[in-house]
Amino acid sequence: MSSARDNILARLRKSDADGDLPGSDFSVMKEKIWGAEEKVERLIAMMSAVNTELHKTTEAGWPDLVAELLKKREIDSLLIGTNNRLMDRLQGAWRDKGDAPDIRLYDRAYEDERAEVFAAPAALTTTRGGIAETGSLIVWPDAAEPRLLSLAPPVHIALLEADRLHNTFWQAMTAEGWKDGLPTNALLISGPSKTADIEQELTYGVHGPKELIVLIIEG
Amino acid sequence: MSAPSGETFRERAGVALKDGELRANFRRAMDGLMGKRAAQFADADEWQRLRDLGESIRRRALSKLPDLLEQLEENLTNNGITVHWAETVEDANQIVLGILREKNAKTVVKGKSMVSEEMHLNDFLGRHGIRALEADLGEYIVQMAGETPSHIIMPAIHKNRKQIARLFKDRIDGFTYTEDAKEMTAAARAELRREFYEADAGLSGVNFAVAETGTLCLVENEGNGRMCTTVPPLHIAVTGIDKVVEKLEDVPPLFSLLTRSATGQPVTTYFNMISGPRSATDRDGPEEVHLILLDNGRTRIYADAETRRSLQCIRCGACMNHCPVYTRVGGHAYGGIYPGPIGKILTPQIDGIGQYGDLPSASSLCNACVEVCPVKIPIAQVLVRLRDEAAGHCSRPSVKESGAKKSTVQDMVWSGWKWMHENPGAYKFMSGVLTKTGNLTPAAAPLLKEWTSVRSKPKFAKKTLHQLAKEKGLADE
Repeated sequence: MSSARDNILARLRKSDADGDLPGSDFSVMKEKIWGAEEKVERLIAMMSAVNTELHKTTEAGWPDLVAELLKKREIDSLLIGTNNRLMDRLQGAWRDKGDAPDIRLYDRAYEDERAEVFAAPAALTTTRGGIAETGSLIVWPDAAEPRLLSLAPPVHIALLEADRLHNTFWQAMTAEGWKDGLPTNALLISGPSKTADIEQELTYGVHGPKELIVLIIEG
Repeated sequence: MSAPSGETFRERAGVALKDGELRANFRRAMDGLMGKRAAQFADADEWQRLRDLGESIRRRALSKLPDLLEQLEENLTNNGITVHWAETVEDANQIVLGILREKNAKTVVKGKSMVSEEMHLNDFLGRHGIRALEADLGEYIVQMAGETPSHIIMPAIHKNRKQIARLFKDRIDGFTYTEDAKEMTAAARAELRREFYEADAGLSGVNFAVAETGTLCLVENEGNGRMCTTVPPLHIAVTGIDKVVEKLEDVPPLFSLLTRSATGQPVTTYFNMISGPRSATDRDGPEEVHLILLDNGRTRIYADAETRRSLQCIRCGACMNHCPVYTRVGGHAYGGIYPGPIGKILTPQIDGIGQYGDLPSASSLCNACVEVCPVKIPIAQVLVRLRDEAAGHCSRPSVKESGAKKSTVQDMVWSGWKWMHENPGAYKFMSGVLTKTGNLTPAAAPLLKEWTSVRSKPKFAKKTLHQLAKEKGLADE
């Protein structure tokens, strides 16, 4: 008995041949190039247009900024993964703060931690980089920063290093050779979750984060 | 308001045209979408070059389709994703059911998937004791109303906020009536959060399946697609065999064309690339990922080089947003899964010309769809081909139920018309007769009746063109 697979492939293989096909000219993907400062400004403009809050900061300054942003929202805890750089920075900066938010860790398997992850009011992650053209964050979740950090909590704060900005999505994936090693899940995030399914009225915060805050680290 | 009733497109369109509320809902939506898309492609040079690239990518993928499907299967398998093949929707449904039963799954949360609509998957699972819940807000509304999507990108576009508010009031416990879109969205969020958390499985479609890397790409704004493919322990993706692209670098141009053409957004909120289930080191993500590759008539569409071009489609919906017919009758009048111009060419090819032979004629061939198609599908050309197929006038028929709309009367009329135009004497005589008798023919005469039921009867001139030319002293050549 032949399988569905064999039948489908056999039918496709005995189909009409194609005539001449147009070649793929990728030049339109290569031409969009901005300077370092322009890339940052473009990303800010594109992401602000879809309700993202962006701040420019420094490697030394971001932990205090995070504390301030959470305080403003009356949020008293922050979920992070097991990224050592984040932990060291946050603990260093918040150690002597009396009213610093609690740092909660997403450091076990989802099944053991799902209630906490879904109840967390805010999460902080790093990013792999960004895309200036469309105002997008490149996020590759892993063991240190699992997928749900950027999805379940209503507030997602993301750190973006300004020197990791690419011009376009195509340029990012070709420059970094993504085809030779994608993770189980790779993402572009270009704002807080949104919908326009009710009379095309743009509404933020459907299933994913209601707020996306991007801290651009310069210098 | 429910979907316009009727057995045929003609009947349903008649009902829809008289529904002022429905027409207003579509008109408002389509006007907005056309404006937003146009703003995205203000640079005409970029648009032409990008769509040339998009077309070349889709045609290249189709030209290598059997090889790419094998490569995709191999790479997905190496990535730990299980690949299934289904020739029919019945087979695909059975495969989904089998996977769910093996895991003893009782509830499935769904991301938007038009292929699952083709499968009528929700009804099928419901009959087998499994609850399938739509999680895209538009699909959630449509499912709650017991309807089907009227647009492939915005499923609930046929409803206005009052209609949705009344529906929520009736169906969501504790919902206080409001027409505020933000509050309605918040109510849906609260309901669906719990469902994501508790569901046994997630189901999604696929926008692009990358053969080179074994990656499934999902385009969305809401985050429901990420929820469905991240939270439950099992993820099942369903897709047509036509969704394959060859290389990872083929994805960005198609993604850009898709979001800009569909809703006039430079990018969607989420672009999700899935290349495997949870790994040994990951903390979350599904433990199992399955992909079902569905044929359902696509190999037949593929067989002929002309109809094959229907499979270039990336499902942006721009053709329907710009279609003067779709805007007036709405998506449900088409009766099939895919409405609008792309539906007019896909539905008769998938489900047969017998039932859907009137769809290719529901077009003035105005070409608006062809002008906006981001991958340059020759929709008008395929429509004409399908008219020939329906009438049994195709030299190399290949479409399901070809010739089902063959009409002896129509064939005779056209033979007569052809003969008359090939014989100058007969033409002169007939046109002379019509100047005398044309205006005496009643509007209700056979053959004329249908035309005049919604139009004024044409008025015949007193003199033929030949007579007028002669009076002007032009030589009769």
